[in-house]
Amino acid sequence: MLGAAGTGLAHTEALRQRIDRLKLKALQRRAADTERELYNLGITFTIYSQKDSIDRILPFDVIPRVIAAHEWAAMEEGLVQRLTAMNLFLRDIYHDQKILKDGVVPAELVLKNTNYRPEMEGVDLRHGTYIHICGVDIIRDQEGQFRVLEDNGRTPSGVSYVVENRHLMFRAFPDLVEGFGIRPVSTYGLHLRDAMAEIAPEGIDDPQIVLLSPGAFNSAYFEHVFLAREMGVPLVEGQDLIVEDDQVMMKTTAGRKRVDVIYRRINDDFLDPEVFEPSSLLGVPGLMRVYRKGRVALANAVGTGVADDKAVYAYMPRIIKYYLDQEPILPNVETMICREKEALAYTLDNLKDLVVKPVGESGGYGITVGPKSSAEELEACRKQLLAKPENFISQPTIGLSVCPTLTTNGLRPRHVDLRPFLITGSSTWVLPGGLTRVALKRGSLVVNSSQGGGTKDTWVLE
Amino acid sequence: MSNGSLLSRFAEHHLWLARYVERTENLARILDVNETFARDNTGVQDWLPIVHLHADDEAFFAEHQEASAKAVVEFYIADRDNPNSIIESIRAARENARSLRHLISIELWAQLNVFYGWLTDLKKRDYDLRNLSKLCSRIKEQCQLHTGIAEGTMFRDQAFAFYNLGRQIERADQLTRLVDIKYHRLLPKVSDVGSAIDVSQWNALLRSVAGYQAFRRTHPSGMTPALVAGFLLFNPGFPRSLATCVREIRRLADALADDPGLEGKRLPPGPLEHLQEQTIQPIDQVIDRGLHEFLDKVQLNLIELAEAIGNTYFDQSPLDTQTQTQTQGVA
Repeated sequence: MLGAAGTGLAHTEALRQRIDRLKLKALQRRAADTERELYNLGITFTIYSQKDSIDRILPFDVIPRVIAAHEWAAMEEGLVQRLTAMNLFLRDIYHDQKILKDGVVPAELVLKNTNYRPEMEGVDLRHGTYIHICGVDIIRDQEGQFRVLEDNGRTPSGVSYVVENRHLMFRAFPDLVEGFGIRPVSTYGLHLRDAMAEIAPEGIDDPQIVLLSPGAFNSAYFEHVFLAREMGVPLVEGQDLIVEDDQVMMKTTAGRKRVDVIYRRINDDFLDPEVFEPSSLLGVPGLMRVYRKGRVALANAVGTGVADDKAVYAYMPRIIKYYLDQEPILPNVETMICREKEALAYTLDNLKDLVVKPVGESGGYGITVGPKSSAEELEACRKQLLAKPENFISQPTIGLSVCPTLTTNGLRPRHVDLRPFLITGSSTWVLPGGLTRVALKRGSLVVNSSQGGGTKDTWVLE
Repeated sequence: MSNGSLLSRFAEHHLWLARYVERTENLARILDVNETFARDNTGVQDWLPIVHLHADDEAFFAEHQEASAKAVVEFYIADRDNPNSIIESIRAARENARSLRHLISIELWAQLNVFYGWLTDLKKRDYDLRNLSKLCSRIKEQCQLHTGIAEGTMFRDQAFAFYNLGRQIERADQLTRLVDIKYHRLLPKVSDVGSAIDVSQWNALLRSVAGYQAFRRTHPSGMTPALVAGFLLFNPGFPRSLATCVREIRRLADALADDPGLEGKRLPPGPLEHLQEQTIQPIDQVIDRGLHEFLDKVQLNLIELAEAIGNTYFDQSPLDTQTQTQTQGVA
């Protein structure tokens, strides 16, 4: 909201003046009201213990993050470019594997990746779209440059909070939002539904779309409810579906009905016990058989995890170049691919300043943060790097940008990131804004909700 | 849903949502009036009938030595290990509603969510006997609020019919249990007839189902066990009578059978016809042949009906293990 030197940015001036007119006590009271509303409406994620369930809200910071129209235009272009390349990459590796044969991406990095699904080889998907719903984690560096930190091409979550935060904001602060041209986010469900209809098997005009959830005990269940409601489709669980005569059917009060498109919020591993994890009760036996025959569509496609893998992430600028013959509009965070000689040497020389990440898995497991590691930990990391350099990438430690955030002492700068969402059927639509996560603790860089993170409404101005 | 079809599981969740709330309301009513209800002619309170009423003897006495007021109240309001307790019933209602959140109004969900949150925050002193009546009133009112929101916001499709079927089946179930347990207790001993205690107990029974005024409209004078039992079971105007419940169930079953979205699926005629036959008998004849046997049969018919609904509409084979079952045994 403020510029580099702490001077106000032009596009946020009107908002700053309005916030200035509100007293701290009034802001805090309205913030408390929004939190209570979140509980009462059950806009929560749920933690289950043996006997009871605990509903937690994702803390909501009432000071919006504002993105100017021209900044967003560049972001949108960069996101579409990146996703287009990812879909081309996925189509290629499950068909001709040209990019591997040309040596742009090491073949074993893809083919031996745990997220590579040989079951998808030769399967043709409508519009060549693999990642129908994509969430991209973006940070803004010291120079004000937006950079991609991570791609989420499997079952990215968080979009429900984007829409609900906007509703909350409009209810709690009608005086703040009045007269601002803010690009709407509430059309997400319509866009999603349209995209799901576009990917239905050929020849089906009015497809039956469903949202497949692991069930009410899943921590993201609220989001599944939200999405099903916004799309106006049934929220099903594995037990509601059954494969009969090469069709996926759902059990209804009137008997069994054909299902054409499944937006699934369960991972590949649990989709079909006949093909993947045999003990899974969440999926539908025989689903992959029907899918491979093109008689049901899945969003996202099976096997997209190989494209959002950390190892492949490092190659993304080259992947964009390879398929689109363009320079990336949205750069990566600078990344050293340790399987490459020079990068390994650089990493070993600068270990104490770098973050070393294992590849081939998602989540923060096994990361070595140089500045925060002891001499022994750095030595252990060095040994692992030398033994299997191809298992690692390294990145400089990243500073996150800050936004004004309401604290008990008034407005203070807190670190933020951003997750925009993209929907792709026959073409790509980008939700204006996305989920801004904020580290509510002073000085903290951890925006994760389980570790003191919250969210903000994100305004993209017209 | 675009083609008007309803997932079997959602139909089931609707039915159980209504059942659990109805069950809670009935339990709150019974606890509320028990203080007067349970005094015998020596003035000693007896809370054991509530345990009998829910067929909970085994579970209750596994935890408690005797059916003291405190133990019974706690067992039925706040015991998380008792599936028949109010807190567990509302938890179950909320879980059913949670699975329906994309179909029901936000208001319906939010009210149950807040109701459950309030129950989980209750302290022991809140269900102390002195505060019991106030607490039960609030619980009852929350159930009525739920019912009102449901009536005012639920989409009128087959799901609403399943929801109402759940309510009527549970109401009939609870009423027949209540009459079964209380009737024999209240058969007057020679010494009690016309005594203050006798009349107050009849008042209490009727009050527990909000039936006192209605009874007096039908029977301006006199109050005999047969009259009260006959009123509760067979009065066609009283909303909680067995006859009214069965008539409503018939209406709902017919509406489902006529629903174009259900493509001609209809319940097998047996269970519902049996229930209807039960409600057209004179009360004296029922009492002569044995009221308990009669009520037992009604209970079995209700179970058969619930099974028939499951087999017909919920894609359940009779062998399927149901995720939710009638947690209450037959008393």
